[in-house]
Amino acid sequence: MLTIILILLPLALSLITLTLKSEKAVRQYVLSGSVIEFGVAVAAFIQYKTSCHCNLLFTADWLSTLGVSLKFGMDGISLLMVMLTTFLVPVIILSSFSHSYSKPAVFYSLILLMEMALVGVFTAFDGLMFYIFWELTLIPAYFICAVWGGNDRIRITFKFFIYTFVGSLFMLVALICLYFKTPLPHSFDYHWLYSAVLTPAEQAWIFAAFFLAFAIKIPIFPFHTWQPDTYTTSPAPGSMLLAGIMLKMGIYGMIRWMVPVCHNAMQLYAPFIITLAVIGIVYASVIAIRQSDMKRLVAYSSIAHVGLIAAGVFVLNPYAMQGAVIQMVSHGINIVGLFIAIDMIEKRTGSRVISELGGIATKAPRLAVVFMIMMLGSIALPLTNGFIGEFLLLLGIFEYSKVFAAIAGLTIIFSAVYMLWMYQRTMLGKTNGITEEMTDITWTETVAFIPLVIMIFWIGLSPRLFLDVALPDVMTVLDYVRL
Amino acid sequence: MMDYIVFLIPVFPLLGFLILGLGYRSIPKKLTSIVGPGTILLSFILTLIVFFNFHQFTNSPTHHLFPWISVGPLNIPFAFLIDPLSILMLLVVTGVGFVIHVYSVGYMKEDPGFNRFFAYMNLFVFSMLLLVMGANYPIMFIGWEGVGLCSYLLIGFWFKNQEYNNAAKKAFIMNRIGDLGFLLGMFLIFTTFGSMSFDQVFAQAKSMPVGSPVVVAITLLLFVGAVGKSAQIPLYTWLPDAMAGPTPVSALIHAATMVTAGVYMIARSNILYVLAPATMTVIGITGLATAIFAASIAIFQNDIKKILAYSTISQLGYMFVGLGAGAFTGAMFHLTTHAFFKALLFLGAGSVIHAMGGEQDIRNMGGLRSKLPKTYWTFLVGTIAIAGIPPLSGFFSKDEILLHLYEHSVVMWAIAVMGALMTAFYMFRLLYLAFFKNFRGTDEQLHHLHESPSVMTTPLMILALLAAVGGLINIPELFAGGSWLSSFLAPVFADGAAISLPPVPVSHSTEWMLIAVTLAGCIAMIYFAFHRFVKQDNGLQPDGTQRSGVVRLLSGKYFIDELYDLLISKPLLWLSRFLHEIVELRFIDRLVNGAGNIVVWTGNTLRYIQTGNVGFYMFIMILGIILILFFNILI
Repeated sequence: MLTIILILLPLALSLITLTLKSEKAVRQYVLSGSVIEFGVAVAAFIQYKTSCHCNLLFTADWLSTLGVSLKFGMDGISLLMVMLTTFLVPVIILSSFSHSYSKPAVFYSLILLMEMALVGVFTAFDGLMFYIFWELTLIPAYFICAVWGGNDRIRITFKFFIYTFVGSLFMLVALICLYFKTPLPHSFDYHWLYSAVLTPAEQAWIFAAFFLAFAIKIPIFPFHTWQPDTYTTSPAPGSMLLAGIMLKMGIYGMIRWMVPVCHNAMQLYAPFIITLAVIGIVYASVIAIRQSDMKRLVAYSSIAHVGLIAAGVFVLNPYAMQGAVIQMVSHGINIVGLFIAIDMIEKRTGSRVISELGGIATKAPRLAVVFMIMMLGSIALPLTNGFIGEFLLLLGIFEYSKVFAAIAGLTIIFSAVYMLWMYQRTMLGKTNGITEEMTDITWTETVAFIPLVIMIFWIGLSPRLFLDVALPDVMTVLDYVRL
Repeated sequence: MMDYIVFLIPVFPLLGFLILGLGYRSIPKKLTSIVGPGTILLSFILTLIVFFNFHQFTNSPTHHLFPWISVGPLNIPFAFLIDPLSILMLLVVTGVGFVIHVYSVGYMKEDPGFNRFFAYMNLFVFSMLLLVMGANYPIMFIGWEGVGLCSYLLIGFWFKNQEYNNAAKKAFIMNRIGDLGFLLGMFLIFTTFGSMSFDQVFAQAKSMPVGSPVVVAITLLLFVGAVGKSAQIPLYTWLPDAMAGPTPVSALIHAATMVTAGVYMIARSNILYVLAPATMTVIGITGLATAIFAASIAIFQNDIKKILAYSTISQLGYMFVGLGAGAFTGAMFHLTTHAFFKALLFLGAGSVIHAMGGEQDIRNMGGLRSKLPKTYWTFLVGTIAIAGIPPLSGFFSKDEILLHLYEHSVVMWAIAVMGALMTAFYMFRLLYLAFFKNFRGTDEQLHHLHESPSVMTTPLMILALLAAVGGLINIPELFAGGSWLSSFLAPVFADGAAISLPPVPVSHSTEWMLIAVTLAGCIAMIYFAFHRFVKQDNGLQPDGTQRSGVVRLLSGKYFIDELYDLLISKPLLWLSRFLHEIVELRFIDRLVNGAGNIVVWTGNTLRYIQTGNVGFYMFIMILGIILILFFNILI
């Protein structure tokens, strides 16, 4: 029951938001609404932990002749993703209050619609439902970026839309093929899809189609070229939704669909895919070193970080898979924090260009501290969240191949190189004409950071709660490979 | 009860950090002066309690706090290990750390970042305690990276100066290169032994054959970590730059504690290292090369802190030489005495800089002996100690390493003795130039010249006392001593000692001879320095002086920074630009856009076929039928 509330609540909130007139009313309404949504997610989490594996299942017939049903539920991995989504959306909304977006009712309505679609993706237990919500996320994302974005937004958003849309069409084809291979009566129920009997060739094709869809979404090198432009051009809340949550759909999809369905092809092509992911880590890190725009630098760093997660999924062992799950959560928290910090700098100085900034720490010590904490999480310092994920990921990759682990491990050096460089050039040093008038973040703005800071240290200090929730289902997924 | 005492040792500095960090704007300096050093004092007192009751604490050496990371067979508890080795380190870290904190109260008094400074210093001590107390490699790694962060924050403490920030960033990145080695070593330990806890790993390692390739790989990877942290060749260039930080930072982090973490880690893993003779050779050679190399650079430096920085690198080299020769106790002994006399020398240098209004160039000093008597006398003690003149502490610890080295290889011993002679020379050069003859600074500096307040000179005297008598903890049999430290640490190194074959000990007469040779050389060097820098006046050349040959190479620090810039930094930036502008924008992105354009183009082209003219469609259809028939005939 809680699952369906989690999907319908944002939808209802989103529709009601459209009827509100004043900006103030909209803000109060969407913020409290999204906080309630998070409360529901916490309730679901508690229910899941206490009454063992009820899966919070909701089933209703829809197109029963076709074997399509409204089936939603949560296993441990879904639950973490839903927690991440419902946790980040209020933070993103709160951080956006320092701007005044035109047509606020529509803007915030789209954010809530996005939340609904994301929760739908993470809770769908039916292949077709998964696809429908997957595509549904694209619509609000497209409008948020295309209407409220920056320079050249139409061309860039169009490219983003077409590129990811083409990818997901391949996924649709894969799902339909799979559907016809399920035992009679055909069904899109994910357990039926898992039990489809496939020849090696069929598995290879379905693997390729799924991979394309997910690789573009994540994105994995070399399918990433839409990403830096889109992250840079989007309005800050858009970048946060895309980087913080939406890209996790791709990794989640790999764990949810590719591992159980194409387990043979996964093992067969893993070396190839991991090679791509590892190239991506080094490639994106090296490019990040010289970026002049803070947002673009973080965008490239994100390609490197998610490349590591993708590599971890494909090595198919418990350490890396657990690392991937926990790192999805951590990456979402850290990148949203970084984007908020950058947004606050941009709002005050009118610039994101690293070479134009400097000395901000003198003027805004509070911002300097939170920015530093986000950065430490991002460069995986021990006792922050980033370390837990990267440690497990690299350990898992090491078990698979020592060479891959050594190359992928370069990320801990490179991330220090570009992040510290960005921090030094923007926050440290002397103030200049642009940063002279900089003011520190207000207490309301600080409030947006506090939940993120708490989570960074909570996961870093005591990740057990999160690891334990995911572990049984990670093992279940990996069992498909072993059989 | 015992568990609580152990846990509280790192908790106090952490609390200090939280209090000072969260309230850095509102807390008055007076309160900070109490909280900052006070937390370290409490840790030191607890450490003393542990030390004096150590039999009780080491009965069950591992103290569990809570489970940290667990995934299937991987279980990493947050646990602390209390054994003689960690107790020794705890004493050094909290003891010397406390003294330096007290000194900082005076040194940083005028600084607007006073509270921030003590917050970072407390955080550093907390991290260092985790490093020392960790009962498994990952907990050690938390401290390992944590001290790197604090080092970064404190080198760039005066963050308005981008030169200082560059130094801080360089330190962090070079440490991270080492950390990757440490991380991979840890992974290899886990895949080999199925655990990362010291007790389990070492228990299993005991039954491994000597020279097994996997242990050699593990030890080499961990050694990469040590090279970064302890500033050995080739990752040493961050340490001289790290002198950008406030002088107490240089004393605590970049002399007494953090940089010795690599030595501690290898001593901790001694069983693994005795199983890997190949790695031991690598460590010995690296340490020896670093010791000589850094000492030779120090001879031609003029910045008082840079001389001490190269001296630290060189002394760390000696510790690694000791480790390489299997003299784990000797290395730990030298680590301890070095912590005393090098902290003393840095704090003394700080006192000089303080008195000179920020001047660090020894060419502009001179004659400070009469103006700063307390600083001079304590600095003299430190200089004699580091030069290895008996009966001060440096003599005993250095002698122990040299003796082991002689048993190991005469050639290496001879090279190490050369390094010791250089040490005596550059240290006395520093002493003579700074404190003897006439004052060479400006009149204004002369006017302001003053001895430091007692909050700074008292720590100097305490450290001077330790530097003088610190050698007593391990007086060898030769001098009718009981080698207390050796027997104290023996349980830690027992398993390793059982595996390695001890070299034939040299006779007492040989020992006397070795000491005599070294000592005669050192005294000759001190006299030579006296002759050159006090009697004559040709030691002072201004910055622009044209130099040739070896001197140019040495005073240019072998141009290693320039070399790294040319070989690593520049190519990396070039690669970054190439990947972004050529590969990314010209190639991959064009390919993607091209694929899109082909679709658009195809659509646009095919559009013309849909004319709506029925006659045209009929024509195409018939053409098609004819073609099909034609192909049928062909086939």
